[in-house]
Amino acid sequence: MVTKVDLCGISLDNPIIPASGTFGFGYEFAELYDINVLGTFSFKGTTREARFGNPTPRIAECPSGMINAVGLQNPGIDKVINEELPKLKECFHKPVMANISGFSIEEYQECCEKIDKESQVGWIEVNVSCPNVKHGGMSFGTDPSAAAAVTKAVKEVTTKPVFIKLTPNVTDIVSIAKACEEAGADGISMINTMLGMRIDLKRRKPVIANKMGGFSGSAIFPVALRMVYQVYEAVSIPVIGMGGVSSAEDVIEMMMAGATAVQIGAANLVDPFVCRDIITQLPDVMKQYGIDRLESIIGGAHQ
Amino acid sequence: MIQGIYTIKENKSIARDVYRMVLEGDTSPITAPGQFINIKLEGHFLRRPISICDYNDGELVIIYKVVGKGTEQMSQMTKGQALDCLVSLGNGFSVEKGGKSPLLVGGGVGVPPLYKLAKELIKQGAKPTAVLGFASAEDVFYEKELEALGVTVKVATADGSYGVKGFVTDLPMKGFSYCYACGPIPMLKAVSDHTDCSGQFSFEERMGCGFGACMGCSCKTKYGNKRICKDGPVLEKEEIIW
Repeated sequence: MVTKVDLCGISLDNPIIPASGTFGFGYEFAELYDINVLGTFSFKGTTREARFGNPTPRIAECPSGMINAVGLQNPGIDKVINEELPKLKECFHKPVMANISGFSIEEYQECCEKIDKESQVGWIEVNVSCPNVKHGGMSFGTDPSAAAAVTKAVKEVTTKPVFIKLTPNVTDIVSIAKACEEAGADGISMINTMLGMRIDLKRRKPVIANKMGGFSGSAIFPVALRMVYQVYEAVSIPVIGMGGVSSAEDVIEMMMAGATAVQIGAANLVDPFVCRDIITQLPDVMKQYGIDRLESIIGGAHQ
Repeated sequence: MIQGIYTIKENKSIARDVYRMVLEGDTSPITAPGQFINIKLEGHFLRRPISICDYNDGELVIIYKVVGKGTEQMSQMTKGQALDCLVSLGNGFSVEKGGKSPLLVGGGVGVPPLYKLAKELIKQGAKPTAVLGFASAEDVFYEKELEALGVTVKVATADGSYGVKGFVTDLPMKGFSYCYACGPIPMLKAVSDHTDCSGQFSFEERMGCGFGACMGCSCKTKYGNKRICKDGPVLEKEEIIW
């Protein structure tokens, strides 16, 4: 059973990647299990300045999922480089995926240029899809030309593979993915959360202080799978599939749709050991479906 | 923190909508009173965080109030059923700060974590006083259990149907060596204003994961941003921004 996959020239022992915003900067999970079993992980979305994020409550439960409106809480790029990455180095010995967000093209550029110089970083994942911040985040990911402009600007100042993380809150995700590819993206990460809402019947008010937030969890898996399938057909760069993945079977399904690697987000928040457990279960599930090399099934559902 | 399977030994009502559940399983990860567990329930995406009331080798007690579908489901569970729990979460109270005459203040389901705290304080030679606040006589629980430990207990009810009429702050709050409080935020703030000693306050917030990963329950403090689930739920009086 070979679980190795190649992600832009860097070999992953397996395609399992905890998604940004559900795994912090890794070292706290290292207290729970050896995080070196992971393919890699995508660290907490980082901006130029430190951010507290949105007011609380910023979590709402849904059937088969949850809504968050955290709003990119992070210590800022300099502290991430000077404090978080050194802590991570103690417990994680593989290249990490750096997740970067911003409110202007200059900010994306500045943060990506800085993080590109860090030897621990293997890939840069540029988040143009956060639904929880105004003037930035998702507004760059809902328009093909804006997404292309961010991609181009980031590519100018970086040497490492750049993945653009896309939002599903658009009419045509394919056109946005294609625009990013044409602008030089090395890969596409998809999907970020879907914009959602809950209302508290007793208070007659939105549960979340920010009113709306990003819906994630197993409920969105079919939507994510469909979008990965569509984008895989339209681009020739690798796609990292995510959205509601919570089992080894989901991982295989996502890869058959076209994902080279698979991120796991909300499931981490319910079961902190889920990524480790999926990695353990993968060989058995592969055997069950007659898969010798995981890489051989990427996009397999298209043939 | 571990993820383990815990077996229900007992689950019964002790006050209006309030239940006491005894769980058997590994309690070795619990390091301090005031920590909580996070319970997975069939049909609900997120776990339910519930504070630990008491624990010893192989057994822990939680007290919870039915406030929604998840806790409703828990109230119907019976002896022998197994629960997937994350044990143990949060920082908990610092028992060594209590001094000779600590004050424990609990409001409603904020009372449970004070029970094990009282036990530990007494073990180190303190003489704790507990002030408990409830809405009404039928909501009162654990007054006698705390008294049985040797704690001086005073009760206030909002409607005056039991104990003193009013809030916990209508009872004496000054002259104690230290204050530990757990309850709704307005109560915590009032207690902070009415006491003349340092203290620790345990907060509640709507949580995602319960173990520090999602940043869903962050709050600002004088010592920087903190996650209620991981850096709390217990905060120092001096750091709290009300």
